[in-house]
Amino acid sequence: MMTSKQYLPLYVLFGTCEKVLSTFIDLEFLQNPALHAPKIQAILMLAQSPAAEPSLLRLLPSLKVIASGGVGIDHLDLLFIASLGVKVTNTPGVVSDATADIGMGLLLASARKIVQVLSGWKLQYLIYHRFTGSTLGIIGMGHIGYKIAQRGKGFEMKILYHNRNRRAVGATYCENMDDLLRRSDFVMLAVNLTPETTGLIGQRELSLMKPTATLVNVSRGLVVDQDALVKALQSGTIHAAALDVTHPEPLPRDHPLLSLPNVLITPHVGCSTYQTIRRMVEVMVENARAAMNGLPIPNEVKSQ
Amino acid sequence: MWCSRVALRRLQRVAAASLNGTGGLTSTMQKEMSTLPRVYVTRQIPPEGLKILRESGQVQFELWDSDDVPVPRKELLQKVKGVDALLCVLTEKIDKEVLDAAGPNLKVVSTMSVGFDHLSLEELKKRLLVCVCVFLPRGIRVGYTPDVLTDAVAELTVALLLTTSRRLIEATHEAKTGGWGTWRTLWLCGYELADSTVGILGLGRIGVAIAERLAPFKVKKFIYTDVAPRPELARAINAEYVSMDELAKQSDFLAVCCALTPETKEVCNKNLFSKMKKTSIFINTSRGGVVNQDDLYEALSSGQIAAAGLDVTVPEPLPTSHPLFTLKNCVILPHIASASYSTRGAMSALAANNLLLGLRREPMIKEIKL
Repeated sequence: MMTSKQYLPLYVLFGTCEKVLSTFIDLEFLQNPALHAPKIQAILMLAQSPAAEPSLLRLLPSLKVIASGGVGIDHLDLLFIASLGVKVTNTPGVVSDATADIGMGLLLASARKIVQVLSGWKLQYLIYHRFTGSTLGIIGMGHIGYKIAQRGKGFEMKILYHNRNRRAVGATYCENMDDLLRRSDFVMLAVNLTPETTGLIGQRELSLMKPTATLVNVSRGLVVDQDALVKALQSGTIHAAALDVTHPEPLPRDHPLLSLPNVLITPHVGCSTYQTIRRMVEVMVENARAAMNGLPIPNEVKSQ
Repeated sequence: MWCSRVALRRLQRVAAASLNGTGGLTSTMQKEMSTLPRVYVTRQIPPEGLKILRESGQVQFELWDSDDVPVPRKELLQKVKGVDALLCVLTEKIDKEVLDAAGPNLKVVSTMSVGFDHLSLEELKKRLLVCVCVFLPRGIRVGYTPDVLTDAVAELTVALLLTTSRRLIEATHEAKTGGWGTWRTLWLCGYELADSTVGILGLGRIGVAIAERLAPFKVKKFIYTDVAPRPELARAINAEYVSMDELAKQSDFLAVCCALTPETKEVCNKNLFSKMKKTSIFINTSRGGVVNQDDLYEALSSGQIAAAGLDVTVPEPLPTSHPLFTLKNCVILPHIASASYSTRGAMSALAANNLLLGLRREPMIKEIKL
């Protein structure tokens, strides 16, 4: 069983990895960076912590690898890190099932108004739209998008998708994202965050969606123009939203998204199962070991 | 496939179709009203069913005009006197007292539900009617509403399973109330469906529909228990028949889908929970009476099982002071599994059509054979 700390320290010991990596706690390092810094070869990073700031990285002359947990690497300046001769790894695939499950969980909890019912809303005031047999539009057809498509099919949903490329996934390709937005009852965002996908869903895209449609986001908060989303929800341009990711995380307590009745927000729990977290850390450690020992690195992220 | 959308839509169309195309009543018909069979409807059911009764020209009916408050017992016993047919919902116990109060005219009981544990089938069987024209004894005809709600119930069961296993209620609460700080490694961790064993207690239409929806979540194995093996249904979902004990021992997720009968009453008790895994999730969308709630509370609070999701309880509604409400690892919904306009509308229409067919001595669309 792992130990965990509020702010994940740089060089962490997890269960079986004792023999592989040395352990220092955050506090020790901060108290005496000069003593510890030269020995550090790997950074294990969870939830973008510790931040890979230049001020930190420059302190670590022996650093060989930053092993990030999860699949997103939008928080890392890949070019800068590569210029220091440091490798970057992530854990694709490992988190896909858990994240797809959260996507479906948010979709279903939103569609069946579970949180509203528990907050005391009377059934006669809740508007239900059909779920089984409805149309699910998935934007981003990577590992996670694909698994969401499979799960949607179990509910006889018609699956549309938009992606840079076509894939053989047994779903209907929409080359034009507008087309997907117009036709979908549920829109699921499963893209990476890149300059191209930042603000992908804005006021225009939301206005193309059906007024009965629900937007679900399990990718990154910045993929959505949050201010436009608030306006769209308040005005009934779309019916509801369910978000596992926002910008920032956490949202400020008084953010309008947190008080809209037709919005579900979870605090980025996409990977949060005991099984997935354990596997994710195991893969992070494997990645780090390989880099430290000069072996081929399983999940290296190249800076292009 | 049990719940193929085509088959269900067909059934829903049949259920929703008015049996008698003509609307409105002519003055002649109004004169004949007093001789029309009398029907009592125990709740303000969705308009589809009431429209069918009204426009059939076959019946006159009286209604308890509330959609969320059940008819008081005294009122029910008064209103059923001499009726020919009764359309009820699951909050009314149709037992000896009601049947006696209704008297010998009662020919049809139509319930707007798939469960019929509130109907005393023994008592219904006993009632013999002697038809004036043909001296044949016959019992009261009983209609119910399976199938039209299978999709809705299966969806809600999976929704509840995910909500419970991924702690969505806690998570949304933390997001809204300031518990949301920097992400922590094991915060709000739940249990995943991938590579899990899903156990179904009572394999019927709904159990199969649930399994069909869970299969793409990378479930490793489906197992089920029932009074006897159900090979046809099991084949559809590749499920293995096991004993109740094995169901408890092997299931990572245990979904209760059986009818409430004397045999299944409180079958989910400490005997079952003590055999389950510490990491297991218990889901009940069948009937509250299948669970011993005190034993469930013990099991949840002591960590014998990880979490539970309930759409049904005893009583309904469960008083807010009930200890189960104090548990973070227990999600309780107010019986919303069939709640969607289209489903409840279809149930209402089916119940009305069953009633009219019963009065016409024709086969009902969905009938319980006594």
